[in-house]
Amino acid sequence: MTVGIIELLTIFVLAAFVGNEVVSKVPSILHTPLMSGTNAIHGIILVGTMAILGQAQGDVQTILGFLAVLLATLNVVGGFVVTDRMLEMFKAKPSDRPAKSAGTPEEPGQGGATS
Amino acid sequence: MSLLTWVDLVYLLAAIGFILALKGLSSPKFARQGNMLGAGAATLAIAMTFTIPSVRHAGSRLILMVVAMIIGTAIAVPAARRVKMTAMPQMVAIFNGVGGGAAALVSMTAFLILTSHDSFTGKPAVYKIVEVILGILIGCVSFSGSAIAFIKLQELITGRPITYPAQQVINAFVGIAIVGLAVATILTANVALLVVMSVLALVLGVIFVLPIGGADVPVLISLLNSFTGLAVAASGFSLGNNLLIIAGTLVGASGILLTRMMSKAMGRSLANVLFSAFGSVVTASGGADGAGADARPVKVGTPEDIGVLMAYARKVVIIPGYGLAVAQAQHTARELADLLTERGVEVFYAIHPVAGRMPGHMNVLLAEANVPYDELKEMDEANPELATADVALVVGANDTVNPAANNTPGSPIYGMPIIHADLAQHIVFLKRSMRPGFAGIDNELLYDPKTTMLFGDAKDTLTKLVAAVKSA
Repeated sequence: MTVGIIELLTIFVLAAFVGNEVVSKVPSILHTPLMSGTNAIHGIILVGTMAILGQAQGDVQTILGFLAVLLATLNVVGGFVVTDRMLEMFKAKPSDRPAKSAGTPEEPGQGGATS
Repeated sequence: MSLLTWVDLVYLLAAIGFILALKGLSSPKFARQGNMLGAGAATLAIAMTFTIPSVRHAGSRLILMVVAMIIGTAIAVPAARRVKMTAMPQMVAIFNGVGGGAAALVSMTAFLILTSHDSFTGKPAVYKIVEVILGILIGCVSFSGSAIAFIKLQELITGRPITYPAQQVINAFVGIAIVGLAVATILTANVALLVVMSVLALVLGVIFVLPIGGADVPVLISLLNSFTGLAVAASGFSLGNNLLIIAGTLVGASGILLTRMMSKAMGRSLANVLFSAFGSVVTASGGADGAGADARPVKVGTPEDIGVLMAYARKVVIIPGYGLAVAQAQHTARELADLLTERGVEVFYAIHPVAGRMPGHMNVLLAEANVPYDELKEMDEANPELATADVALVVGANDTVNPAANNTPGSPIYGMPIIHADLAQHIVFLKRSMRPGFAGIDNELLYDPKTTMLFGDAKDTLTKLVAAVKSA
């Protein structure tokens, strides 16, 4: 894992272009899941926190490493779960439902879900 | 191949997984599979990390690692499962903040390990220290900034911009002190200096977010998300970890793009969104106007009148705002819309890009209520239609229909594109009270002769309207 700074910079620059390219195609209807999804992706810092805690020496480093693993786990697990919950709702496409005329009868069930 | 090469290879696969996950978000159809793919990629990368010798042979620290992961999961899963869709921005802010905090801790510990190593003689290379400083600085700002954003969104403190005397001087002082300490750390590699700089970076996150008004928080969250991504990328440089660099940079780049799109939707530059509260005291005068305006008369209607008005209309446009979400009234709104559609009224929803508390928030809330896509119209698509609408039903929105954005140059929201409810034949506001919206400014439209007010909780008033339309 000893890679030169120039190689790392190259990866950085190329990833920036890919990120820009991929995200520019996301429709505004999905902007909240997009933020939540990217939020989950940066939770991969967990991998870095694991490596750091593994190499830690002494109490200070170990405590910092432990906290880092804890925070990163919150980020990555919470991020993916919350995004999944959101996207689950988007799967109901208008064409999948037998149209709006059937809307009123299902209302009691819907109302229950709100409380 | 050595084990570490295998690890790097799996990291590459995970990076591809993340890119495909983002690509999946281009359509609602594949978005969920994309997210699952991303989660799978993350799981794979984490599992592979356990095989790295320094992790595998970490002994008691390996146990600590697993304990931390179990605690983290035990907290995150129920929190993420139970959070209401209306509170989603706060949740994202927290998860984002802890990610930034983790990145800052990684950079800090990486520096401690580097300088305390047995074989360590002299000073680490300058670029190594710069990587560490960037990781700590951006990570700390993201951590404390997200915490303040959370407190604002949770309405534990006022959503209005918070200003105090000599704000610019204090901010400039903190900024200069951080730069000075960063330079000193690069020259000396002194740990104490780095710790002081970290604390100041935390302070910077707080004072950076305090003056940003509640209405601008969607832009802010997007920016902080991007910061955490960049902090993760900086940690990746310190650790020589490609996956962290790719994932962090993807998020950083996408966050910046989204931030720019959001500022554009508000008709302002990013700099204006972030720094407009400094030096301008317009908000204070706006508040004073509001206090004086309370005495002015408004037309208050009954649900029956409004029900009849809508039942015999040709075109009704529903303009939802955060008030609809707070009252959990999205289901009742749909019921009303369905009822009107059955009577042959043309109904659609006009969604402002920054309605709610984060980009695209209102779309998520209405999707939760099974509102079909084809009834949701973006602002640009909806505005030409409003001139021919008989009724604009504004449910719990305020700032996004405030004409002050067009005609009051001193207003904090001046220049923001709005939904032109004012063009409709009749305007109906369902509102709790005359209180101003999240931006804290008065709305002239409430006093317009075409406007009828119906006060109350959005769900209650909508339920009454449903009954009124049924009997009309």
